[in-house]
Amino acid sequence: MIGTPPVAAPTGALDGVRVVELASEHGAFAGKMLADLGAEVIVVEPAGGHPSRFFEPFVDDVPDLERSLWWWNYNTGKLSVTLDLHRAFDADRFRTLVASSDIVLEGETPGRLQGHGLDYEDFAAVKPSLVWVSITPYGRVGPRSHEPATDLTILAGAGPAWSCGYDDHLLPPVRPGGNQGYQTASIWAVEGAMVALYASQTLGIGQHVDVSMHAASNVTTEAATYEWLVAQATVERQTFRHAAVRQTPPRLITAGDGGYVIVAPPRHVAEFRALVAWTVELALTEQMDEFFFVEMGVERGGIVLSEVETDPIVAAIYQAGNDCLRLVASQLPAKDFFVSAQKRGLPAGMLFAPEDVMEDQHYKEHGFPVEIFHEDLDRSFLYPGAPFVAGASPWRTRRRAPHLGEHTEMVFGPLEAQPQ
Amino acid sequence: MSPPRQALSGLRICDFSGQLAGAGATRFLAAMGAEVIRIEDPVTEGSWDVLRGVAPFVDDRRGRDFGGAFNNHNVGKLGVTLNLRTDAGKQLLRELVAISDVVTENFAAGVLARLGFSYEELRAIRHDIVYVSNTGFGNTGPYRDFKSWGPIVQACCGLAFSTGLNGEPPAGIGYSYMDHHGGNFMAIAVLAGLMHRNRTGEGQWIDISNTDAGALLNGPALLDYTVNRRPLRRPGRPDSNRSDSPAMAPHGIYPSAGMDNWIAIACRDDGDWTILAGLIDAPWADDPALASLAGRREAEDTLDRMLGDWTGSRDHFELAAALRALSVPATAVQRPGERIDHDEGTMAWGLWPTVTHSKMGEVRVDGLPLHFSETHWVMERGGPCLGEHNERVFGGLLGHSDDELARLREDGVL
Repeated sequence: MIGTPPVAAPTGALDGVRVVELASEHGAFAGKMLADLGAEVIVVEPAGGHPSRFFEPFVDDVPDLERSLWWWNYNTGKLSVTLDLHRAFDADRFRTLVASSDIVLEGETPGRLQGHGLDYEDFAAVKPSLVWVSITPYGRVGPRSHEPATDLTILAGAGPAWSCGYDDHLLPPVRPGGNQGYQTASIWAVEGAMVALYASQTLGIGQHVDVSMHAASNVTTEAATYEWLVAQATVERQTFRHAAVRQTPPRLITAGDGGYVIVAPPRHVAEFRALVAWTVELALTEQMDEFFFVEMGVERGGIVLSEVETDPIVAAIYQAGNDCLRLVASQLPAKDFFVSAQKRGLPAGMLFAPEDVMEDQHYKEHGFPVEIFHEDLDRSFLYPGAPFVAGASPWRTRRRAPHLGEHTEMVFGPLEAQPQ
Repeated sequence: MSPPRQALSGLRICDFSGQLAGAGATRFLAAMGAEVIRIEDPVTEGSWDVLRGVAPFVDDRRGRDFGGAFNNHNVGKLGVTLNLRTDAGKQLLRELVAISDVVTENFAAGVLARLGFSYEELRAIRHDIVYVSNTGFGNTGPYRDFKSWGPIVQACCGLAFSTGLNGEPPAGIGYSYMDHHGGNFMAIAVLAGLMHRNRTGEGQWIDISNTDAGALLNGPALLDYTVNRRPLRRPGRPDSNRSDSPAMAPHGIYPSAGMDNWIAIACRDDGDWTILAGLIDAPWADDPALASLAGRREAEDTLDRMLGDWTGSRDHFELAAALRALSVPATAVQRPGERIDHDEGTMAWGLWPTVTHSKMGEVRVDGLPLHFSETHWVMERGGPCLGEHNERVFGGLLGHSDDELARLREDGVL
């Protein structure tokens, strides 16, 4: 089994760690992940609620600051307190809260906190172990630090959009779906926060970690970047395959039922053998003009990928393997093709829509859909769960996102009862 | 001058991870100061990692040690070769695990166990070892034995389907996005495991399923289905250049003057639209029906067409700068050379450090999007050549003599 059976009830890796998060659109996912890893994450909102509480879609399409599915998704497991930082009383409360915390996470416009005397520098001297993480579009300093940005403009300016889209370049480049610009920055921010926390715990050094969303997406675009850095070559977008310097063969396949599947052209001898057997079983060999090249893949003991560009025979075998798999796929329903191909040892994938993810046995057996009860609505809903299984310190999506200011008294009561 | 303090100094990682989904994790941890010892197979010359020795290249030289992608993903690591089919190779690995904090790998499920290094066996060598595995589908569940690489993960987690334009088939993500984040979640798992170990003395096996990680990155769309029963497979959707969560319009990527030049514009609210409409200065833009978000969403197809006609004759860099000066988010869709060599946002950040590779020489690589005020990252040494650090690791670190190493080499162990 994965993980050791724990001696005591398992706690998260960040059990006992307190995080203060100033609510922001781009840092919300980072705070959610730290909460799932076991930290106590206290999200600080203005009295009227953070604007992301008003992001669509809403439960039953009824707009309400407690019904935004955006807010729900990115704030599971957190506590909410309301503070208006321009008021002296609340600014003091914020100072008290930070003093009781290990990590501050914020995405404020550079300079705003400094203006309130509530920036990292204002706390570093009094709490040297403090880790302070800023997530902003271009970082806190630098020539672009005050430019406006959204998920779209980050992904368009930093590389991802250039690499996504269609062979037809009259169609625009495409933004990867699902807030990936914000989430990419948040994932890097969690790595930065955890490294800094580790240094704080082991070396006693606190510090500021500055995260640039623009930089984060720039270094998360694979070959587009290193083709330029190494060889000054520019990749071009291609329908449903890697943007590349050269054109590659089509990849997306419409399966027999109209769903979509993809394959990896065979390379190893076992893959060629499996494909030959499958094609024969389905009586499709007559429909494959170049079937003998697929059989040649078996005879030659597979092919070496790097020879595709230099050896025309290898290229023909590679091409025939690809064509043959596409033919098989076009004859079967998408899910049948995907599962059968994989069971035969042929790498293949099927395009799941989000709704398919939550219904598929793979995700169910991992416990990925996590049921969370909303006592206020007297309903339970399935949420996305953990990216990994960790037996001794599990990733746990624990409870619904907080209502506005739900925990203000719970958090400040004990803090303010303590003698200063 | 004393060397910079490194956050992860003193940590040792026994690393089998390759490609990007694994190598990305340990490149980050190496930059933060961990000693990463990457183990490769001498018999196949490390070709399990399909990036070893493939393009891009800095010059005309070819071979296992000259791959540009491999160098990028393995900066700062030590490289050793070890033939784990041999008893002597297994013994050396046991010696290495015994002095390591972490073992990382992204082989197919079960491969390391079949070599005799399951978690139970690793734990017997070192009781508090943190073992992190990373596969497309995890070590449990009905797809555990399925093969995967970047595009398969992105297909099966829902992100590929979610990326595309209305009326077109899915575009997918044109690179191995989830290899990057598979590596990032792997680094997070390593750090989580270390923190738990430091607090409790207990090691563990953390098993990443990269499809689960990818599905986690599609939260609002998943909830729209589980809560509202609204599938993304519906007329008009997906259309990822538009914005449904939060709702914005106009919001898209529009043509501009020149060949394959594009501008992205996002009007976050009525105020952004009013500014853009003022710049357009044409009767259609002053239509009161467009003054509200509801009106713009209602007319979105027409609005996008009219806006595209207007942007189509303009320079994308100039127009984007003009809009940004008025606080409206806009940008040219930048080509790699533009964002790397002409963008103050990446150059001033120091995002493209130069490392020195033993054979390739000086090469620029991806830096990190993080600035640490006290324990900054370091990238100086390129990715290791095959077996480059065998003497340093098996001799210097494990204490085997030159004679022993010569014999191991002769016996095909190294």
